[in-house]
Amino acid sequence: MIHSLFLINCSGDIFLEKHWKSVVSQSVCDYFFEAQEKAADIENVPPVISTPHHYLISIYRDKLFFVSVIQTEVPPLFVIEFLHRVADTFQDYFGECSEAAIKDNVVIVYELLEEMLDNGFPLATESNILKELIKPPTILRSVVNSITGSSNVGDTLPTGQLSNIPWRRAGVKYTNNEAYFDVIEEIDAIIDKSGSTVFAEIQGVIDACIKLSGMPDLSLSFMNPRLLDDVSFHPCIRFKRWESERVLSFIPPDGNFRLISYRVSSQNLVAIPVYVKHSISFKESSSCGRFDITIGPKQNMGKTIEGITVTVHMPKVLLNMNLTPTQGTYTFDPVTKVLTWDVGKITPQKLPSLKGLVNLQSGAPKPEENPSLNIQFKIQQLAISGLKVNRLDMYGEKYKPFKGVKYVTKAGKFQVRT
Amino acid sequence: MSTNSFAYNEQSGGGEAAELGQEATSTISPSSAFGLFSSDMKKNEDLKQMLESNKDSAKLDAMKRIVGMVARGKNASELFPAVVKNVASKNIEIKKLVYVYLVRYAEEQQDLALLSISTFQRALKDPNQLIRASALRVLSSIRVPIIVPIMMLAIKEASADLSPYVRKNAAHAIQKLYSLDPEQKEMLIEVIEKLLKDKSTLVAGSVVMAFEEVCPDRIDLIHKNYRKLCNLLVDVEEWGQVVIIHMLTRYARTQFVSPWKEDNGPEDNEKDFYESDEEQKERIGQRKKPYAMDPDHRLLIRNTKPLLQSRNAAVVMAVAQLYWHIAPKSEAGIISKSLVRLLRSNREVQYIVLQNIATMSIQRKGMFEPYLKSFYVRSTDPTMIKTLKLEILTNLANEANISTLLREFQTYVKSQDKQFAAATIQTIGRCATNISEVTDTCLNGLVCLLSNRDEIVVAESVVVIKKLLQTQPAQHAEIIKHMAKLLDSITVPVARASILWLIGENCERVPKIAPDVLRKMAKTFTGEDDLVKLQILNLGAKLYLTNSKQTKLLTQYILNLGKYDQNYDIRDRTRFIRQLIVPNEKSGALSKYAKKIFLAQKPAPLLESPFKDRDHFQLGTLSHTLNTKATGYLELSNWPEVAPDPSVRNVEVIELAKEWIPAGKTKKETPSKKFYSESEEEDGSSDSSSGSGSGSGEDDEEGDSSEDSSEDSSSGSESEVDNRKTAKKSSTNKGKSDYEDGEKENENSKTSDSSNAESSSVEESSSESESASESESEPEFRKVTKGKERKARQDGKPVAKDVSLLDLDDFNPVSTPVVLPTPVLSPSSIADLRDLNLSASSPVISVSSPVFVPMTSHELLHRMSGKGLAAHYSFPRQPCIFSDKMVSVQITLNNTTDRKIENIHIEEKKLPAGMQMHVFNPIESLEPEGSITVSMGIDFCDSTQTASFQLCTKDDCFSVNIQPPVGELLLPVALSEKDFKKEQGWLTGMNEASAVVTVAPQNSPPSVIRQKVVNVANLGVVPSGQDSIHRFAAKTVHSGSLMLVTVELKEGSTAQLIINTEKTVIGSVLLRELKPVLSQG
Repeated sequence: MIHSLFLINCSGDIFLEKHWKSVVSQSVCDYFFEAQEKAADIENVPPVISTPHHYLISIYRDKLFFVSVIQTEVPPLFVIEFLHRVADTFQDYFGECSEAAIKDNVVIVYELLEEMLDNGFPLATESNILKELIKPPTILRSVVNSITGSSNVGDTLPTGQLSNIPWRRAGVKYTNNEAYFDVIEEIDAIIDKSGSTVFAEIQGVIDACIKLSGMPDLSLSFMNPRLLDDVSFHPCIRFKRWESERVLSFIPPDGNFRLISYRVSSQNLVAIPVYVKHSISFKESSSCGRFDITIGPKQNMGKTIEGITVTVHMPKVLLNMNLTPTQGTYTFDPVTKVLTWDVGKITPQKLPSLKGLVNLQSGAPKPEENPSLNIQFKIQQLAISGLKVNRLDMYGEKYKPFKGVKYVTKAGKFQVRT
Repeated sequence: MSTNSFAYNEQSGGGEAAELGQEATSTISPSSAFGLFSSDMKKNEDLKQMLESNKDSAKLDAMKRIVGMVARGKNASELFPAVVKNVASKNIEIKKLVYVYLVRYAEEQQDLALLSISTFQRALKDPNQLIRASALRVLSSIRVPIIVPIMMLAIKEASADLSPYVRKNAAHAIQKLYSLDPEQKEMLIEVIEKLLKDKSTLVAGSVVMAFEEVCPDRIDLIHKNYRKLCNLLVDVEEWGQVVIIHMLTRYARTQFVSPWKEDNGPEDNEKDFYESDEEQKERIGQRKKPYAMDPDHRLLIRNTKPLLQSRNAAVVMAVAQLYWHIAPKSEAGIISKSLVRLLRSNREVQYIVLQNIATMSIQRKGMFEPYLKSFYVRSTDPTMIKTLKLEILTNLANEANISTLLREFQTYVKSQDKQFAAATIQTIGRCATNISEVTDTCLNGLVCLLSNRDEIVVAESVVVIKKLLQTQPAQHAEIIKHMAKLLDSITVPVARASILWLIGENCERVPKIAPDVLRKMAKTFTGEDDLVKLQILNLGAKLYLTNSKQTKLLTQYILNLGKYDQNYDIRDRTRFIRQLIVPNEKSGALSKYAKKIFLAQKPAPLLESPFKDRDHFQLGTLSHTLNTKATGYLELSNWPEVAPDPSVRNVEVIELAKEWIPAGKTKKETPSKKFYSESEEEDGSSDSSSGSGSGSGEDDEEGDSSEDSSEDSSSGSESEVDNRKTAKKSSTNKGKSDYEDGEKENENSKTSDSSNAESSSVEESSSESESASESESEPEFRKVTKGKERKARQDGKPVAKDVSLLDLDDFNPVSTPVVLPTPVLSPSSIADLRDLNLSASSPVISVSSPVFVPMTSHELLHRMSGKGLAAHYSFPRQPCIFSDKMVSVQITLNNTTDRKIENIHIEEKKLPAGMQMHVFNPIESLEPEGSITVSMGIDFCDSTQTASFQLCTKDDCFSVNIQPPVGELLLPVALSEKDFKKEQGWLTGMNEASAVVTVAPQNSPPSVIRQKVVNVANLGVVPSGQDSIHRFAAKTVHSGSLMLVTVELKEGSTAQLIINTEKTVIGSVLLRELKPVLSQG
């Protein structure tokens, strides 16, 4: 399946290559560079490129291109998904998936890639298994290793690899047994000029941090499970149990993982926590314009909305902006034409606003369309869909774990058209 | 660069020792250094020395540096001899790194690589399975032809290894050996055959991969393993799932007959249904061959369904394409939700998924229509995503949603991303040609865009308008004049060429402007783009033919210019035109026809989706993405006319039975059970029993989590747990006993008498329709349904499905015209909402989806009395979207006249007190022979009073009435048997109405009774423990009062019919209506 992998940084250097079958020359990447040039924008590089003898499937993550070389038919999503899994693993091991981190840990990277694929087919991708095979680098371990001469490569087959629960390693021990769940919901919305909702839905995830000894068997139930319209599960979840009882029953992996992601889709249900009043206009004659936006809370369930940031991609003909915020700070990058307004918290008494004049290139025609506003915000201790965890039970182990649930609502792709 | 590195090396040459020391302490030195050293011989010397030292740390360090070189793509081949010596190192990390190196360079240094072979051969016998496996991995990765026999031997041995991990590696090794030496194919197939029989989930994915690569055509190897693979599928790791699903899709297409044929005649089936059962049976008999889905086919479809919930996008896509290619069309709808979910993922996943949706949406619009808004474009999307979304929106556009879409498109046209704006304009053009209602609106909109400031937008508009005008060569002289004026300002060649072509084509409609345009063009001819020049020539020629008086000289001037043009194409064209139009003695017979040649009616261009031609590729494949056949692409074969012998998939029953029945007959595992894995079931019940009792107590006293303790003390939840428990117990018991029956039948092989099949199929179909709506019903209810489903599945192994029944049930949700504007608010969420509103004390009453939706429609307005406008109404039995107290009514309007009927709307509602009506939006116009379905809501106040109103058109008004059958004033609810009895206990005395009826003998089978009852009234079926008692539950739409119906079969073909409800009037009416249904045949 996957023949070779090239890692390429933004400036077009191939800084790592790995081959699982016979060697493919670096020159194959020239086709990729060609496509990159044609695309102008990095986001627009097509993920699948056909070359005379190979096919290139690439992903773009954290300013790096992961370019894989394929020789025969394969589901492209298979490769894309795998490449993302590789990037996730790097992130997991080194804290970040950057060129520097990969170069510093090139040997571990190589060992990981060797374990993750055999002959181009995924072999071990579960983080729990990989960590048993290849220990993640820590300062302590490297010191110990250099003194004792032991290595950070495991010499027995991880038990998970053979069992029915490959995601959990055996012999986990903690003194404090804890299980935390973060219910994170994001509102995706498009709000039109007049303030009415064109499209809105809630995308949620439950991220878990489980530090429990032994083989705990957890079941998590909700007060209102039928809210969940469409759910995707971590493989550990017993699908059958969910189907019949709407209970999440699972033997968890050790550490951090995403338990489920779900969608609550119903336009009427989605409460939009903020509204924006805006008046943006450009004058035809004097090559200047007015810019005025105000943000206010709406349907916020009595919680404070915080961490508000407004990002606007202004038209290219804009020269500079001269604005005064009543709250927070703003920056305008004259090169990328991106306006960022960091608002902070909303207090209903005094609504934050940003007003002022903008200057356009003289002589240039006024922009056709007003830019849309991308809004970020955060509401603590609230799941906007109303989803509530009912209880968490643990079976199979004797101790009493410490449990906790946290709710957060954020803006996802929240766009206001003006 | 090279001089630099030399200088650096000379310098560092002296300080070698110091540096060595440094490097030993820091585990990994910055890789940038490798780049500098790699070409240096001296440095390599020193790596060699390190490799030969006694200390492991030095060796390890050297190996790390070498691997660093390999990673950078630098040549490290000359170190081969030094490295290969360490292959037998005791240190596992050194060993691994040596393996890495070896695999990379063995092909180049074959002779030396042979030195290492004996080490691997020894390692293959190691007691540690990880070492055995990695030895096999490296051995098979060394591409040295001489060792093929050794590899073959190793693979054979490993395929019989006790460790599934080693066997998995053996499966990978098969592919490696095959690519090294295809001659070994036959031997390898034997190994594959053996490994396919492997029961480990670990091996399954890898061996199927090997199968796909080595012998994808040997479909016969799959037969015996088919059911096993289907059943293991959920437990296989995700990558394996993808491969297996793709393989099984191909397999299914060769082994089963098409489930799609039934879709050809849905109307037929619908009609059938309303005839009495006997007639129906006859009909089925008459039909050539009723379609019955092979149970194995069904098995695959059913077992892949849970994987739609996978977190892995590739798995979801694989299941989606499986459903698309092999599931009955009515069932494929469930994939759309999951695919839409993937759109939240990163841009690469979005790109591929959108491409596939684009292809799907061309063929089956309905699938994605409810998710229309998920494809709305955000300004931050990359252009490639935007254009794909636009493509899908275009495919989904229809009369109902086009106005919303056009409004959305207006936003896009103004986008700063001009490439995208241009694509939007093309889209509008396509919508305009596809949907005739909006052609004029679109055209006007596009003309407005002509005054846009942006040239790209204008140019694109011109091109699209040109195409539109060509499709309908009507009186659009104004637009043409307007465009002629644009010629002065617009500079984009394509647009100029388009305008010129348009003027030339319509030169007789704009007789004054055309010659003037030609005059202007003659002036600028030399400066124009080639494309424009060609069109100027054409224009000249056309004018010469129609208006030679004014343009003769001009045209000749232009032809002269063209004669000396630099471009040979233009010179050619000039010569050709001159010969054709200018009469001279040499000109042949053709010049007579010049006018016909130039001014012939040109066929309008077809504006088609660029994804149109992709549908012959299997979805989700690389070939589909690239729209060319990729190497190694395996065609999806067409369905066979006649299914090959299904018995080839039978595994020796006796052997399996032995395996599955341990000693007694208490627990048996069958393939189908495996999925509902018995152990899990047990797990579950023990969980819930201990959970409800001790678990909550524990929490309360512990109270460490505020969230938990405050919430789980509510009594409601605990009682629910109880209910659940009992329901489950009964169902598991039932499941078990049923299962034994199934086993017996299994052994009796596949044949079953038709009557048996008939009845079981009815049951299956009803239970299936219930399970299709799982998300809406209560957990308890579902549990029992599941049990039933299992029963149906097992006791009728060869489920000869009654086509019309199943088809109708399955088909319904799709066929109920999707005009219902419920794109976002799915019924399930409505049910949820309703639930939330209900008080917590009665959590059991929740609206479930209709068990059955009859297709009967009632006449509202006859075409004779409606002056050609005919109207029918029907009850879709969906919760009404306008208000939860309303009954939704669907009205189908037909225009039987030969002219448009305009402005159809409702006026003068004469409603009894309290009744309310939500009318449909006025319909602007209805084409001749056109038909449109609209939905409205009427609140009948739980009475059978008629709703009278006037249905008006532009010219006329017709008084019409809707009188609801009592059965439509209900919404089914899901209740458990226990709750049913509890509720019934409260509704006695005057709330109870009962009657004794004589049941016609053909009505006595349970499934028939159930079908008959739900046909008459929109009731939910309550699972019943006894065969002779049937219970149904619903609530009235307006007041939400419960309506409980019990049919108890007595001795001597009588039955007691009991209805308990607070609404006694409706109760008695319903009773009256139900009586004849049961007594008549």
